[in-house]
Amino acid sequence: MEKIFQKLSLLSASLVFIILIGIFTTLFISAKPAIDEFGFGFITDARWNTEVPLNQSNEKEKQTDTLKEDTTQNSVSDSDDDLLAEDEDLMGDDEDLDDEVATKTVYGGLVPIVGTILSTVIAMVFAVPIAMGIAIFLAEMAPKKISIPVGIAIELLAAIPSIIFGMWGLFYFAPIISETFGGYQVSLLTAGLVLGIMILPFMAAITRDSMKTTPDILKESAYALGATKFEVIKDVIFPYSKVGIIGSIILSLGRALGETMAVAFLIGAVYNLPEKITDPTISIPVAMAVNFGEAAGLGESALFYLGLILFVLSFGIISFAKFYFLKRNKG
Amino acid sequence: MRLLLNKIILALSLVSALIGLAFLGWILVTLAIKGASAMSASLFIKDLVDNGLRNLIVGQLILAGLASFVGIPLGIVAGIYIREYGQGSKYAEFIRDLSDIMMSAPSIVIGAFVFALLVKPFGGPSGFAGAFALAIMMIPIVINTTDSMLSLVPKELREAGIALGASKYKVIFNIVIRAAKVGIMTGILLSFARIVGETAPLLFTSETSNYFTLDLTSSFPSMTVSIYSLANEPEESARDLAWSASFILTIMVLLINLTGRYITRNKK
Repeated sequence: MEKIFQKLSLLSASLVFIILIGIFTTLFISAKPAIDEFGFGFITDARWNTEVPLNQSNEKEKQTDTLKEDTTQNSVSDSDDDLLAEDEDLMGDDEDLDDEVATKTVYGGLVPIVGTILSTVIAMVFAVPIAMGIAIFLAEMAPKKISIPVGIAIELLAAIPSIIFGMWGLFYFAPIISETFGGYQVSLLTAGLVLGIMILPFMAAITRDSMKTTPDILKESAYALGATKFEVIKDVIFPYSKVGIIGSIILSLGRALGETMAVAFLIGAVYNLPEKITDPTISIPVAMAVNFGEAAGLGESALFYLGLILFVLSFGIISFAKFYFLKRNKG
Repeated sequence: MRLLLNKIILALSLVSALIGLAFLGWILVTLAIKGASAMSASLFIKDLVDNGLRNLIVGQLILAGLASFVGIPLGIVAGIYIREYGQGSKYAEFIRDLSDIMMSAPSIVIGAFVFALLVKPFGGPSGFAGAFALAIMMIPIVINTTDSMLSLVPKELREAGIALGASKYKVIFNIVIRAAKVGIMTGILLSFARIVGETAPLLFTSETSNYFTLDLTSSFPSMTVSIYSLANEPEESARDLAWSASFILTIMVLLINLTGRYITRNKK
């Protein structure tokens, strides 16, 4: 019995490892057609579901110089009006077309990747100062009578499903933002701000916990030396809990990066590189949420490719936070 | 000057705290007003086809319940391994770190994983796939709480058990688990609250259904996925229904959370 249970527990623990490997390989296999087709150029390609003439895109993959030559040649033969010759020429190049230009669909990940990063940056710029304010308020300023209930409220807010933030953002927050800043109701800006509001309670709660690890005796010594509250926060608490605070911020960043529902209503879900902050665009999770249903073949594979990129990105960021900043006491 | 700076900075942090809390309060008030105004008994009796929410509430609870049925035992046993059997070993540390990282993995990616694993090969969305995706999300959360609750059990209790000649297995079940029972219970409730409000992993695994069904092999009613599609519809009535569903969901999540907190506090 003893042996069986020990083996069983080892097995369940290893399950975590197996699942992670499973997620990675499954994503990789499903993304394989898109990886083979587009390679690493996927990351810098801003086209999504765009039909491109077959010969052009083939040439482009090989060399851009020959592409120019090719198109000039084509236009020359066009102006010659020698239809027969053109037909023959095309038949020679491609297999499955008559007299129309053959097309293939190109998928590139640049727009969702940029959208993900920009919306996360906006969220962090908005949320970090406010979360710090809340954490300082809860840890240092408020009397216990206020800080305990407010602290619990903040923790409860962190548990509210993110779809509710998204819905509130769409119906109540977006109109106000578009009135104030102009532009569309659904935009990078609204998505980023609502994302910031969503991670606020989580970030505030874990930052406060980090600040609270500062021993009272250090703070009291500083006060005894005549330091003001701000000086204690700046010179005692921040240096002492710096590592934990940075770790908390990165952890929240990881959360914002992979968030789907708070952003899905608000970012616009269009494959456009945003020129202004008030333009609509798309992020990786939203691309997956919106397009997965109707995607098939290469399109679906490209979505898996995006998912793989997101998975690797958030895995990297979170493990960085874990190993450099949040080494917890092992006891 | 120093005192002035002090005042300014403290005022700034107070203001930012108030701004943050105001936003969060705004969301809750909106939710309560919109949700409560459309609340009626018929919501709980009728299904979504007849503008009710019954099938969604039941469906969401079944999905989360099924996920817990798989995720909780696995998570607890894995947590026991990390804290009791593998204590201090490199492998146990490794698994703990991986599980912490997995806890923050993007939920939509887990949805995509289950889609490739259970939806595509079997030809369509199913309740099983949805529950499986939620279980994957749940396991690391349960591991994390079990691990930290077991760490609170004093070493002396274990040593006393071993000194009496009890086997490790007996010590774990009769002493350690008993001592950590309340904490683990809280952990279970909190992780249930976490997954019951998830949308992204269900979007293309269970999808949702307008009808009442207990058949786990076809698309399964999910409250969160339905909120998403209802909110995207242009009709006012569909949106109102989405608000009511969000309100019920939030109340559910908050109640479970508060229960979890309450039992820990009562015990200590």
